[in-house]
Formats: sequence, structure tokens, C-alpha cells
Amino acid sequence: MPRLRIGAAGMTAPLVETTGLGVRYGDVTVLENVDFRIERGEIVTVVGPNGSGKSTLLRAILGGVSPARGRVQHAPGLRIGYVPQKLVLDPTLPLTVARFLSLPRRVPRAAAQTALERAGVPGLEGRQMAALSGGQFQRVLLARALLSRPDLLILDEATAGLDQPGAAAFYRRIEEVRDETGCAVLMVSHDLHVVMSASDRVICLNGHVCCEGTPQVVAAAPDYRALFGEGTRGALALYQHHHDHRHEHLEGAE
Amino acid sequence: MFDDFMTRATLGGMGTALAAAPLGCFVVWRRMAYFGDATAHAAILGVALSLALQMPIFAGAMVIALVMAAAVTLLSGRGYAMDTLLGVMAHSALAFGLVAVSFLSGIQLDLMAYLFGDILAVSHGDLAVIWGGAALVVALVAWRWSALLTATLNPDLARAAGIDPRREELVLTLALAVVVAVAIKVVGVLLITAMLIIPAATARPFARTPEAMALIAAGIAVAGAWAGLHASYRLDSPTGPTIVCVIAGLFAVSGVVARLRHAG
Repeated sequence: MPRLRIGAAGMTAPLVETTGLGVRYGDVTVLENVDFRIERGEIVTVVGPNGSGKSTLLRAILGGVSPARGRVQHAPGLRIGYVPQKLVLDPTLPLTVARFLSLPRRVPRAAAQTALERAGVPGLEGRQMAALSGGQFQRVLLARALLSRPDLLILDEATAGLDQPGAAAFYRRIEEVRDETGCAVLMVSHDLHVVMSASDRVICLNGHVCCEGTPQVVAAAPDYRALFGEGTRGALALYQHHHDHRHEHLEGAE
Repeated sequence: MFDDFMTRATLGGMGTALAAAPLGCFVVWRRMAYFGDATAHAAILGVALSLALQMPIFAGAMVIALVMAAAVTLLSGRGYAMDTLLGVMAHSALAFGLVAVSFLSGIQLDLMAYLFGDILAVSHGDLAVIWGGAALVVALVAWRWSALLTATLNPDLARAAGIDPRREELVLTLALAVVVAVAIKVVGVLLITAMLIIPAATARPFARTPEAMALIAAGIAVAGAWAGLHASYRLDSPTGPTIVCVIAGLFAVSGVVARLRHAG
């Protein structure tokens, strides 16, 4: 991909950096002057209203859209694990979980098993992808992303189809995965209250970067409140309350 | 042994079936049936071109099929829904092709042979083209299999894994053009899509993995080509359509069996 320039080597170099990134779809400017970086081991969440360019930022980082302005730099040899918002499986495509995990590169059976365990859905190898529940499906997507031993895990509204406890459990699992593997995590989400306290840094996006910082800083920022209103502060508190006593029985096992 | 016309016809049919079936799985998974139709119908224009310029039918058909595929790709996303665009392209290409062929008055031309195939007239040279093309398509699809499959599931998923989905699309388009060019002699431009789609759709209920589906589809297509050829010999019916009828029959049976199995 010639559009992506390789950044300078060295431990201090960010995994991904965008400078002055601008993206247009036809006449519509979706992103403008976005400076973004993510370091090794960091969890960064991008929040913003619908149409704020969250998914476009991810696609620009993945190389799916070309920047109209600025540039996207990857660290040399960067391995990305990607969990899409949803994966529409054509009903004519038969696909077992084991086969899906081996796309595009074959993985040993033991590695697939470990990845499923790590994602919180052990023993699903023989099932058809189409027969999985929403929560199981997202975790299998996560397992596949983990199999490439990513330096950077990218999640695009990965919990869109899950209920609140399901989403909270999914994010806790992401945090654990980061702690176990040391990969950085970049996610986009609507579930502000659930996501934010798991993040090291939150970026509030609305075509440009409105505000940025720790979850507490962003939640208190006037720009953020102007976009999302006061109500979400209560929700953030609600999540922290949930965090104290986990409801493990609600996870995954539908 | 290749001197017997039935032997040559059988080999020609099987070569086409082997090339079309695995590729047909991708056509089904990616919902490209109409795209296949457009490419195939355009090939009649290629036939006219080949006859006018006195070059091999295979080459002309393939060139026009590729031009058609490129035109569709370029025009897509410019205000028309994809199926509308393909409908316009497929049928106008066919109409232009038929008109172009009619102008070639100097040549004694059996139009039916290009529309519905003329498998019983497959020559040694045709056989070489069919099997060469089939080998090329099978090799191409086998080589790119995992990347094609990943790009089919989700383009961004492919990009994250370092695969360029547009390149994989190009591979499919190329393979499709080769299959079209190869299959003209066997089933004709009007029925090529049937050879792509029906075996894959027939195989679907019996497959748990994409690879199994492609293998079963290939088996069904080869069996259908063989049985159709022999049925047409007995019934004295047109061969290309008879082959498609047999495969369509298998599709119906597969649907019933799948339903019964599901219910039981």
C-alpha cells in the first residue's frame, strides 16, 4: 500500500500516527486535520456522534480510504488485529469457527483453541459461524484478531449487537487481553459509559478532534458535554458501580 | 482415443465444469451472478470481433469479457444501483453482439452455436484451449484461495491482514473472463452463468466449509456434464441446454434432500 509511509524505527515511535489527516467522500469532508497517535500497550477509545468520522478514521488507519490531506504512518512491521462492527455472512457461505480462525493463514489447532479460550468462548471450533449468538460471534472475531499476535487491536463498535452487561463483559475481556499480551487497543464506540473507564485515553471526535484525555477529563470537558449532554456522567458512574461486583454468569454462555 | 467426438465432447464438458464450479462458489458468495451474466453476454460481441478480425474466438471473447468487467467496475457507484447497471450492460452487450454478428454476411455463421454451445463439434484445438484455460483458472483460484475468501468475508478484515481486496477482485474478474471464453464452445454465452451458479448452489446444503463446497460443486458439475452429454445423445436434444437441465435437476433434488434432512 503505497499511501502508507513507514515511520522511523525505535521503541518511542508510536504504532500509528496520523498528521493533519483529512478525508473526503466526494464533496463531503468527513475528517479534517486529525492528529492522532497510539503507543504500545495503550487503550484508546474514540467517541463521537453518528457521522462524526469514527469509522472513517479506523478505515484510514487500515488503508481502506485514502487521505485527501495529511498522512498515516505505521510503525515498521506493524501487525494489526481487526474486529469489525459486524460481519455479514452470506448464508450461502458455509464456515466453521475453526476455518474462520485460519483465515487468511492456517493456524495450528492448539493456537486456535488458546485464542478461543482467551476470547472467552472455549470449545466452539466445530460450530458454524452462522449458528453463533451475537456475543459468541463477537468473541470469535476477537479470537481471530488475537491469532495474528497483533501489536494493535482495532475494534469498530464491536459491541453494537450486545446488551449492556454483554458489552461490559466484552470490554473487560479486552482489558485482560491487553494486560496479558501487551497489545495496544484502539476502539470506536457508542457505549460511552461502558467503554470509557477501561480506556487510558479518550478522543472525542466530531469531524475533528474536539477534546482528548483521560476518561475523567473528557467526561468533564465542555466540548464533550455539548456533544453528549450531561446524562452520560451518570452512566459513567453507573458503570464504575458495576465494575465493583461482576456478574460473570451473564457473560457469553448463551 | 480423442478421435471419437463423444470422447472429445466429454472431456470438453468436464474441463469447463472443473473450471466453472469452484469459481462459481465465489460468484454465489459474493452475489455476482448478474456480473457473470454481463461478462458472458458481452462475449458474443467478442465472437463477432474475432470473426471480423479473423482471430481465435477464445481471444476475442476473453478480451471483450475483460473490457465489460472493467466497464462495470468503473461505472459502479455513479448513481445507478448495481443490478440496474448490470442489467443495462448485460442485455445491451448481447444485443450489440447479435447485431454485429449479423453484419458479418460473408461468413457462414451458426449463431446458435455461440448462444447455446456446440460441444459435439469440439476439436483437438478446442480441447487444448478448454483444458489450458481450466488449469489456469483452477490454479489461480487455488493460489489466491485464502486471500479471496478473506476479502469476500469483509474488505477491511482483509486489509488488516495485509490483503488488498481490490487485487483479489481483479483475480476473480480475470478468472471469470477465462471461464467465459472457455465455456462458449461448451454451453454458449447464454448458459455460462448456469454452469457457475447451479453446481455451487446445489453443493451448499452438504458443505460445512468453503473448501468442501467447492469440491462438491466440482463433482456435481462434472457428473452433470457427463450425464447431460449422454442424455442429449440418447434424446437427440441440444447438448448445452441438456447439461444445464441435468444440473438443475440435481439442484432440485439437493434442495428436497436438504429440507428432509433438516426436518428429520
